[in-house]
Amino acid sequence: MKVLMFGWEFPPHISGGLGTACYGLVKGMVHHKQDVIFVVPKLWGDEEQMADFVNASDISIDYREKKFKSIWKNLTYLEVSSFLVPYLGPEEYQKFTDYAIHDRADVDESIFSTKYEFSGKYGKNLLEEVSRYALTGAQIARDRSDFDIIHAHDWLSFPAGIAAKEISGKPLVAHVHATEFDRSGQSVNKPVYEIERAGMHAADHVCAVSQLTKNIIIDKYGVPAHKISVLHNAVLDASIIKSTYNKKVPEKIVTFLGRITFQKGPEYFVEAAKKVLERDPNVRFVMAGSGDLLNRMIDRVAELRIADKFHFTGFLKGDDVDHMYAISDVYVMPSVSEPFGISPLEAVRHNTPVIISKQSGVAEVLDNAIKVDFWDIDSMADATFALLHYEGISKMFKELGTEELKKLKWEHVAAKLVTIYQKILAEKS
Amino acid sequence: MRTICFYFQVHQPYRLKPYRFFDIGEDHHYWDDFLNRSVMRRVAQKCYLPMNALLLELINKYDGGFKICFSMSGTFLDQMESYAPDVLESFRKLVDTGHVELLNETYGHSLASLKSKAEFQTMVRNHQEKIKKLFNGYTPTIFRNTELIYSDQIGAMIAEMGFEATLTEGAKHILGWKSPNYVYCNSIEPKLKVLLKNFQLSDDIAFRFGNKTWADYPLTTDKFVKWINNVPQSEEVINLFMDYETFGEHQWAETGIFEFMKHLPEAVFKHTNYGFSTPSEVVAKVPPIGKIHVPTPISWADEERDLTAWLGNDLQDEAFGKLYELEKMVNQIDDAEIKRDWTYLQTSDHFYYMCTKFFSDGDIHSYFSPYDSPYDAFINYMNVLSDFVLRLKEKIKEQEAEA
Repeated sequence: MKVLMFGWEFPPHISGGLGTACYGLVKGMVHHKQDVIFVVPKLWGDEEQMADFVNASDISIDYREKKFKSIWKNLTYLEVSSFLVPYLGPEEYQKFTDYAIHDRADVDESIFSTKYEFSGKYGKNLLEEVSRYALTGAQIARDRSDFDIIHAHDWLSFPAGIAAKEISGKPLVAHVHATEFDRSGQSVNKPVYEIERAGMHAADHVCAVSQLTKNIIIDKYGVPAHKISVLHNAVLDASIIKSTYNKKVPEKIVTFLGRITFQKGPEYFVEAAKKVLERDPNVRFVMAGSGDLLNRMIDRVAELRIADKFHFTGFLKGDDVDHMYAISDVYVMPSVSEPFGISPLEAVRHNTPVIISKQSGVAEVLDNAIKVDFWDIDSMADATFALLHYEGISKMFKELGTEELKKLKWEHVAAKLVTIYQKILAEKS
Repeated sequence: MRTICFYFQVHQPYRLKPYRFFDIGEDHHYWDDFLNRSVMRRVAQKCYLPMNALLLELINKYDGGFKICFSMSGTFLDQMESYAPDVLESFRKLVDTGHVELLNETYGHSLASLKSKAEFQTMVRNHQEKIKKLFNGYTPTIFRNTELIYSDQIGAMIAEMGFEATLTEGAKHILGWKSPNYVYCNSIEPKLKVLLKNFQLSDDIAFRFGNKTWADYPLTTDKFVKWINNVPQSEEVINLFMDYETFGEHQWAETGIFEFMKHLPEAVFKHTNYGFSTPSEVVAKVPPIGKIHVPTPISWADEERDLTAWLGNDLQDEAFGKLYELEKMVNQIDDAEIKRDWTYLQTSDHFYYMCTKFFSDGDIHSYFSPYDSPYDAFINYMNVLSDFVLRLKEKIKEQEAEA
């Protein structure tokens, strides 16, 4: 079987987790001897040659093709002002939010030039790039007839997937890594929502990264349940990371690592920290990352008078991330809404027991973790206290968690995906 | 004869270096040596050296008719010794003229007067020792508290330590209809005289001098002399209190501030019945007119003339509270480095950087702060403090093991 897959980024040039997830999936597909044509807006040349890569920047558009005009006309025009990308790193996120107003005057001209240089980032011309990417998708689908099915990752490539389907008539799978509701809570960006919705409805089948996401797709996007499959993420490497980095403080460390935004629930971590410190002052809490709620968190920590035991590191890069995991005794992810959430699995690889919110996709695949409602700060405090003091439970989590991790393989995900493809193709014919 | 009393505050804090969470428990050097050194050198070139030279010239020219007074924080003195021995030399020359008075303050330019009497007294004594050591046995008799912070209670503490007088702000809300141009005394211990800053005339020089949008710009000696002549004859002393860094650093040389000071004494002698005195001369000559009541502390900062530049928001109160929780532990320890860091960590500037009063005085605050935001200042300070606590605990354990 041959799949025409549309992504937005691919390792090593990634700014978030979407590229990593695509990489894992393609790797799994290759393991099962499936052919993948993987399209990205921009290829850098140093990607691992595991698929038939297509660089959208190299594609010339033949704009004598009438159908293209109609595709272009049907593309919704977007205004970007929200957080559009899943798994976005804090640094990129900062840049991204700086860009609020999209100036889309006269995009048509450059869009319809024969070639177009994509940045492949989440930058200023994102919407122009998304639109152009759709045209490129149509061109590729016309040029190459050797694929059986189309697969598009997240809203950025949904228009490309839709266009490819229109041109080729081949079935489309829309893969949802995050929805606008996860990113923005109740204040969704309407045009982005519309694209997501259009992609899901145009698709023959939808893959969601968790049951949680599937429920959102049913409830908020009106897609029938039977059209959606849950396809959890996996880990590329389940081996335990032995760090030589040593902790320099005598206290135990409880860590939050991620963007400090509404979606990640940082305030619940702060409140739980207060409760733990009331019972045991010999603990340090660390909030690593940056985001729009950072200053509010600092204010709250000062107000609660726990700042001598609650630290902010700012955005962590490179080795510091590994060091942080390595010196943590408990890792907490109190996300309010998390389609999947890969970071607790990283913590497990560092032998750190984790507490995750029930409102996260990863809670569906990780049994050996304490799961609490994101708002339930008492339970969060109890669990933290328990993991810090009752060695039995943390020891068990360490042992069983790492065992569990080994089962989360991309080949299993890919195998499931192949079955989904086969079913769709069987239904079509 | 009526008199003008100039007092210049000379202060530099030990600024903290960027201190990360990962440094806690490992890196025990907190100070940004490079930054502190370069600030000291810059201000030395722009202010301390040229202004000291000018003042020496004026003192010699009028043969004691012109006099001034300095208060130099311990953190300034230490940095001067390390980074600017040339500045120390020029201050010594000034003091040697006999027409320059030095005031006593807290070594660390701290807010200890608001929190701990014992710590306050220690800091005052340490500062006195330092002045004696650096200036040929000079012993100050007048006290000035950090940022001119004063209340009846603080005044009583100062009196108890044997000082004759102290300086503070002539804040509108404590003076009411009264004038700052008299000598007052403390309401609990009347033997302590209180000199009040004439903030109108002081701030004309310190803050408004180079401000081109000010209605009275440019300020000339003629104008200034006219203003002080307008002060009623019965009012005997005008206290001009300001940061020494006003000259050349806050007001650049280009504003003409040095020229202004160069010609001011001559204009005063020629056109007015004022002379110049140091604070101890003022309190010796001018009898107090009455008690001044200051039930809650005042300072010379911002519009409010209160403590809100350093304390009051949660960041500041948390950091300040956590710092002084350590006093007991520090006192159990006999270790020069610990004592030094403890002193430097108390410097009021650290709390000033955490101020969030962006709207009225935020500009001034951000001018003086090495941080991008009060939040950065707070995080950095708390990281350092966390390491300091670990060191204290460690040291106490060591001492107990030895004993």
